[in-house]
Amino acid sequence: MSDSLAGLGTDGTLLSGWGRTAPTRARVSTPMSSDSLSNLVLESGHRGILARGLGRAYGDAAQNSGGDVADLARFDRIDLDPDTGIAKIGAGVSLDQLLRKVLPLGWFIPVTPGTRQVTIGGAIAADVHGKNHHIDGTFGAHILELELVGADGVYRKLTPQDPAADFWLTVGGMGLTGLITQASMQLLPVTTSSLRVDTERATDLDDLMSRMTSGDDDYRYSVAWIDCVAGGRSLGRGVLTRGDHAKLEELSMADRATALEFDPKVRLGIPNVIPGGLLNRYSISAFNELWYRKAPKSRAGEIQSIGTFFHPLDGVRNWNNAYGPSGFLQYQFVVPMEASDLIRIAIERLRKVPAPSFLAVLKRFGAANPAPLSFPQPGWTLALDIPAAIPGLSVALSELDDLVAAAGGRIYLAKDSRLRPDLLPLMYPRLTEWQSGRARLDPTRRFNSDLARRLLL
Amino acid sequence: MIDALGNPQTVLVLGGTSEIALATVAKLARPKLVRVVLAGRPGPDRAAAAASISGLADTVEVADFDATKPETHAAFVASVFAEGDIDVVLLAFGLLGDQDEAERDSAAAVLVAQVNYVGAVSVGLNIAHHLDEQGHGVLVVLSSVAGERARRSNFVYGSSKAGLDAFAVGLGDALHGRGPRVLVVRPGFVRTRMTAHLADAPLAVDADEVAAKIVSAIAKGREIVYAPGAMRVVMSGLRHLPRPIFRKLPF
Repeated sequence: MSDSLAGLGTDGTLLSGWGRTAPTRARVSTPMSSDSLSNLVLESGHRGILARGLGRAYGDAAQNSGGDVADLARFDRIDLDPDTGIAKIGAGVSLDQLLRKVLPLGWFIPVTPGTRQVTIGGAIAADVHGKNHHIDGTFGAHILELELVGADGVYRKLTPQDPAADFWLTVGGMGLTGLITQASMQLLPVTTSSLRVDTERATDLDDLMSRMTSGDDDYRYSVAWIDCVAGGRSLGRGVLTRGDHAKLEELSMADRATALEFDPKVRLGIPNVIPGGLLNRYSISAFNELWYRKAPKSRAGEIQSIGTFFHPLDGVRNWNNAYGPSGFLQYQFVVPMEASDLIRIAIERLRKVPAPSFLAVLKRFGAANPAPLSFPQPGWTLALDIPAAIPGLSVALSELDDLVAAAGGRIYLAKDSRLRPDLLPLMYPRLTEWQSGRARLDPTRRFNSDLARRLLL
Repeated sequence: MIDALGNPQTVLVLGGTSEIALATVAKLARPKLVRVVLAGRPGPDRAAAAASISGLADTVEVADFDATKPETHAAFVASVFAEGDIDVVLLAFGLLGDQDEAERDSAAAVLVAQVNYVGAVSVGLNIAHHLDEQGHGVLVVLSSVAGERARRSNFVYGSSKAGLDAFAVGLGDALHGRGPRVLVVRPGFVRTRMTAHLADAPLAVDADEVAAKIVSAIAKGREIVYAPGAMRVVMSGLRHLPRPIFRKLPF
């Protein structure tokens, strides 16, 4: 601290996550070169340094209060080998930029989350997943090699085969093992930029879950939207959409000429001036009813665009502003298959608050990968967007945390903004393994984040 | 860190035996805090206060703090923050004093001013620098409606709170946009040990009610909160009352 009382105020920027809760201040820099990034690491003070991509983590994962934050936007190279589909990608490249470059050449990202507005570095650090987790695993599972700046400012190449397992400490490591600067990834060959989608409406939670259990393996992509407002016999009703990349012959003759075209547009922006927020208890309830009614009971073979199928909210810029100044959070947990009851319990508990969710998504995960802090494990995952201003939410979610932990489940750190630290070792049984690895890679805690401070990571 | 729903993990109480502060700590523990530091003068009251909240945090510490010794404040605050971030600081020490005594003996009046104003300015600035350095945190300053317009019956106390309030509001503006925040709390008459010998004034509240207001104001990011809320309207009227009438009010 400056004892001279040089006045309150050094430089800095207030940062918060996508949920716009709990802002804190950090010094943000945008290094232009590998050397300047290396120096930034070496010169970081006792509050440490953290990389931040596009700020899509909902909570405090990409905040470093009182410390340095590196924006790697200039690490933006994309080198694609068009024959093998192996791409070498800068950590600051967004999935949107990557898709616009590689899709016209017939290559797709092997794993895509619900938004294209995340960077490669962030996707690896959070080990994100998509609708194909049950078939293809997480984002990190498709990385062939990554480059990391360590606490000593030195660049290292890590591979999944590396015996020290530094690669797997970094995948899902929430940016705390070093700064990811570049990654090589095996892309997926596609012949069109469209998907062939089957849609089914399920009348209640049992119906929905049994359809998913019996049919998911026939599809590369599967996800269900749940109406969290409906109760009684309709509790957990939802719309299941599953599909795969469309083949050229599945497109109409007219569309075949432009089969690989990809130029999604942002149609609408939400300004940051809505006092109470557009999304409140009433509008959310109305939306849920409407969304369920609008879905067909059953429809097969519909051709959808990538944006519509994977990233429906990317069409609305700053949609997080719709929750108003108090912001929102996303609660996402996974429980083992045998604890599937918890999905119903969670929906019922949140109905009781009442804490309606605008977007509730249910998915069946496949096998986990070797990363100690990777979120997905075999089981059911439920993700809910909830306005933060709802009274009684804190207690309800804390109770659910206890149930999730007791059932052998866990909370997704990239979404988290309010978990208690004492539950983390229960949810991530390999936490100490990750912590000892991190202590070896970064003994002085040069890499730090608000999430790490809050969860005593 | 304060989480997305306004729950802090670490709390420093300046004036560790304050009933409002202890009630606030109890409400902030949803269900449990990580670290609480009760700072005040050593003695059985502080020990009893620490014992009363022992189940509410993983660790409850006591620390020696004397508002009348500003020269010790920098080292004291540094030692508390050296152990880790503090999410919420409750600046809750204060002397009500005795108006009659203060009018007879200026030394008694000076003590009220030293504790309530000088001590708060001294420790408050040190706290503010540490919060600014860590880039987050809330400084909760227990002011009083008595500071909004000093009354004949307790203007010594009232003037000290007026100074404290102006300081805290200004400090909040200095920190605006920098992460840390200052929450100014303006309670009316609160039934506590400090006021046990006095009859209830209109709109009197319990320490618990003030604590509930503080906790909700922290979560909502408020800058000023009255307890009870109706006090805001009352004070807004009283501030503009003509002086000959104000002077004759029966409290």
